[in-house]
Amino acid sequence: MSEAVAIAPGVAPSVRRAARVDLLLIAQMVEVNTRVLDVGCGDGTLLRLLSEERNVDARGIELSQRGVNDCVAKGLSVIQGDADIDLADYPDDTFDYVILSQTLQATRRPRWIIEEMLRIGRRAIVSFPNFGHWRIRAQIAFKGRMPTTENLPHSWYDTPNIHFCTIRDFVALTRRIDARIERSVALNRFGRPIRVGAPWWVWNLFGDQAVFLLRRK
Amino acid sequence: MLHSRPNIIHTARMREADAPQSPVVRFAPDRPLITDAGVPLSPLSIAYQTYGRLNAAKSNAVLVCHALTGDQHVASQNPVTGKPGWWETMVGAGKPIDTDRYFVICSNVVGGCMGTTGPASINPATGRAYGLDLPVVTVRDMVRAQAMLIDHLGIDRLFCVTGGSMGGMQVLQWAASFPERVFAAMPIAAAAKHSSQNIAFHEVGRQAIMADPDWRDGRYLDEGVQPLKGLAVARMAAHITYMSDGALQAKFGRKLQDRAAPTFSFDADFQIESYLRHQGSSFVERFDANSYLYVTRSMDYFDLAADYGGSLAAAFKGTRTRFCVVSFTSDWLFPTSDSRAIVHALNAGGASVSFVEIETDKGHDAFLLDLPELFATTRGFLEAAARARGIAAEAA
Repeated sequence: MSEAVAIAPGVAPSVRRAARVDLLLIAQMVEVNTRVLDVGCGDGTLLRLLSEERNVDARGIELSQRGVNDCVAKGLSVIQGDADIDLADYPDDTFDYVILSQTLQATRRPRWIIEEMLRIGRRAIVSFPNFGHWRIRAQIAFKGRMPTTENLPHSWYDTPNIHFCTIRDFVALTRRIDARIERSVALNRFGRPIRVGAPWWVWNLFGDQAVFLLRRK
Repeated sequence: MLHSRPNIIHTARMREADAPQSPVVRFAPDRPLITDAGVPLSPLSIAYQTYGRLNAAKSNAVLVCHALTGDQHVASQNPVTGKPGWWETMVGAGKPIDTDRYFVICSNVVGGCMGTTGPASINPATGRAYGLDLPVVTVRDMVRAQAMLIDHLGIDRLFCVTGGSMGGMQVLQWAASFPERVFAAMPIAAAAKHSSQNIAFHEVGRQAIMADPDWRDGRYLDEGVQPLKGLAVARMAAHITYMSDGALQAKFGRKLQDRAAPTFSFDADFQIESYLRHQGSSFVERFDANSYLYVTRSMDYFDLAADYGGSLAAAFKGTRTRFCVVSFTSDWLFPTSDSRAIVHALNAGGASVSFVEIETDKGHDAFLLDLPELFATTRGFLEAAARARGIAAEAA
């Protein structure tokens, strides 16, 4: 995980080893001493990382009771709820960052959710699996089957992922909703960032996942 | 007919109302409780119980607020019924609210009948029970009285205030009235206001009591009678609201009580009837009918937002209290939507809030029962809060 050191220098080694690469990237994008909402925060791994390493006032929304209990036990402030509905209840400008990590593809209303994130927070950070990766394209093109990968193991009939997109699709959506991309990183399937300045089509072909830092225009 | 025993004086209950076995703080007439009704209540007695030890920093006090017909015997034998405390699943050594670590306080509410001033207490002005001469009290009055007790115990800031149902209403009132005195708050199966439906159920109960000829316009204690039938019916009606339809079906269904076939009479043919009659008749042995009128009324009047210009968020504005709000899926008396309204208001105010909806078929009464998810949530929330408050693992 030596590349992780380069990605997230402000993060403790013990945490680095345990955390997913996209979480470390996200942690690096968050300024210290800010207010953060993690949408779909799971067991609170990212929230804990942010509160311990970035001194962030960290809040979360999580659908599963198990996840919420894990978070509460960690001392995190987490609300059991459904992002597709409950984001509407937050006032404007409540947070500095609203984070959605690896969850966009499982939401019913991805566009609405990103718009809400940018209403509630000054910035939004979104990480998602890239459906434009060449291995996924190859499965459809050559096998004629719905793709499954190590990161996306579900079959089409039992997947929670209902709204896949490619990196280029996502970029198009940010234009449509008038969001500005402040930063973006694509990671290849070994978790290494793809060269900065590479054209979108390279990212779209070789990016296994992407992380975007968005801001309201 | 109900199998209650009219005209039997329930001596243990009568004793507990005015001279309880619990510790009692008496506030002299120079320290009256000014009620929301605008009437001073004085002298004021507050009966309470404590468990565990207060640490040297006085930072480990947990105030438990009891529900409608609860009392101060959270984790000690009830002197009237002889039964264990009403929250022994939650409070005790090694329990989620760990008495090896926390100093747990619970007091009987104002208007109650277990030693705190209520309608069955003797009115020193007349030498007779107050009856309806007691001013109508509110949840805020209950909390004011608790604050007087906490002052008396020399505690500035409570580590946590928690309770279910009406107890949860008191938790919310504490957090709103005394935000700097509440480090953490855990309202369970609660609401920031009593709904129209809930007021309606309470009114049915009160009317049942007042329709009993033995109620005697509230002066029954003077006349040596008690409106036991009315109070039992009130309890039966209320008890239905504490359980879910699913749990009733699962437990009783249409099963018959000790018989093979219906008797074609108005006997308690069905198990559910027999169960409810039992609930009613055992309740009247431990509770005062006028107290039931007062305490139900206090819940009806509860509308926290109304005290803050109609905005619940304003009630919690700028609060630094850590909240954990808990609801139950099958609770239709205080449904999850009520808890969500509290969470939304806290979020709007930027408060630190967690919210858990626990899946159970046990209805509103779930907070009193053996529910591992509730215990896990409570334990986690308190442990994290204790770390933040600097309370050591073992009480000092």
